[in-house]
Amino acid sequence: MKRRLKDIAEVIRSKNAGPYELTFDIIFKDWELFETACKHHIINKQVIASLYDIPITDVINIIEFKPAKAIKATIVRPMASGQLGETDVYGAQQHAPLVDLEVPF
Amino acid sequence: MKELRVLSPTAILGYGFPMASFEEGMKRKPHVIAVDAGSTDPGPYYLGAGISFTDATAVKRDLSIMIEAAMKEDIPVIIGTAGGAGGEPHLQEVVDIIKAIAAEKKLTFKMAVIHAEIDKEMVAKKLADGKVSPLHPAPELTEGELEETERIVGQMGLEPIIKALDEGAQVIVAGRAYDPTVFAALAVKEGYDTGLALHMGKILECASIAATPGSGSDCMFGYLGDDYFKLEPLSPIRKCTTLSVAAHTLYEKTNPYVLPGPGGVIDLHDAKFEQETDSMVKVTGSKFIPSDAYTIKLEGAKKVGYRTVSIAGTRDSIMIGQIDAIVEEVKERVKDNFSDADFDYYLDFKIYGKNAVMGSLEPMNEITSHEIGIVIEAVADTQQIANTICSFARSTMLHYGYNGRISTAGNLAFPYSPSDFKAGEVYAFSLYHVVEVDPYELFPIDYMTVGEAL
Repeated sequence: MKRRLKDIAEVIRSKNAGPYELTFDIIFKDWELFETACKHHIINKQVIASLYDIPITDVINIIEFKPAKAIKATIVRPMASGQLGETDVYGAQQHAPLVDLEVPF
Repeated sequence: MKELRVLSPTAILGYGFPMASFEEGMKRKPHVIAVDAGSTDPGPYYLGAGISFTDATAVKRDLSIMIEAAMKEDIPVIIGTAGGAGGEPHLQEVVDIIKAIAAEKKLTFKMAVIHAEIDKEMVAKKLADGKVSPLHPAPELTEGELEETERIVGQMGLEPIIKALDEGAQVIVAGRAYDPTVFAALAVKEGYDTGLALHMGKILECASIAATPGSGSDCMFGYLGDDYFKLEPLSPIRKCTTLSVAAHTLYEKTNPYVLPGPGGVIDLHDAKFEQETDSMVKVTGSKFIPSDAYTIKLEGAKKVGYRTVSIAGTRDSIMIGQIDAIVEEVKERVKDNFSDADFDYYLDFKIYGKNAVMGSLEPMNEITSHEIGIVIEAVADTQQIANTICSFARSTMLHYGYNGRISTAGNLAFPYSPSDFKAGEVYAFSLYHVVEVDPYELFPIDYMTVGEAL
């Protein structure tokens, strides 16, 4: 069965983690969904690399953070925050493709 | 061990807070009022230009309430990353605001001003000694890049702030400081656990953002014991939940288990979050692990030119259908027109409705909107050249005869007259590196008595 991430997550957000990294937080609606998501590795380096069309080496890490029932992904920012060509200084609107991501559940 | 109590009025000095929440905080008899005043988040401009991203009038309002309340209770006020970026002009702006408050409120106190702007020659020396390394994925620092850098700040740790407390300062204004330090310094000085104090500070620095519903302009209260800390929002509409607090630990960090800072890391592998009351959360198990070499973070910005922008929109489906080609043709026209002028410039078009928000990360390439926004941007060595390029690109696009054009009166809708805005200096981050130092060497402290003579 396939579901969209927005249907199983309470929070999906992006933000700078310093000027050179972009980090995504996905907080699940309940413990069961979080644990299933972890078990199936629905958020992994390959998924993030494909979704944002970046090399897998630019995915810095994927971290399951149980206290917040959250999975976090961090990538190399396409450019340093505020550099010429910047589109999102705070990095707060880069989460969008995750919202509609189809995940196998 | 007795509880040490910390009041955090607002997420960033100048973001404001409700008086009712602040008064609730004062009723709890805090031992210190602390506030973080800055961030790298607004981008490199503020550090480079020496300008605050918060407004002086709003900063004065917040500080005035905090300082008056603290003097009444005889407790210290500690401000971190003064002026938003924590460089010398930023620090001076806040010092002037504090002096004005003291004069207006007829207050007298000892103030410590901790400098954090770092001399370029010092960084060059450390670079030559191999003591400077980039924070991945920032690039290696080169001498050329350092030479171009307008301003460098170092992110201080707890030590200089504790020193200022030891000297009896009642108001401490710190330049660039690791965000949790201002909340943790008094506790660490008093012998509380550094890991718990810093983790508490890491959450308090964003005030009520860690509550639910969250707010960056409402107060938060911290209680620190010998093996725990507790967090409590001060507005009855907010609650701290294990989830809201744990989720905040994730925020803006690469790895929520390991939070690096000056001199070591906060290790949260064993941290536990428990619901203490309906609105209070208790945290245990946070640890501080000192690193072998004491390092701090350096941040620097360099000037890359001057910017002019023009904002417009189009509603013409024929134009929208070939917008990419039109942009390229307009760029070509601009290049050709000034080919003899030897202008060095950057010209960019942001097409809102097509990749303007996500740029290279955008997975969708189809335009589905009936209208699109166009921001024309020129950056050049002088404002005059940026104005020339932007103006020429704007007029060229306005009248450009693209393929199949049937609306021959003009291609763009401008919401404003004048249509072009001089945005001034443009900066880029040039340093985001760690350097091995003595915890005190880069952060000299000035002491002064503010207000009337004692």
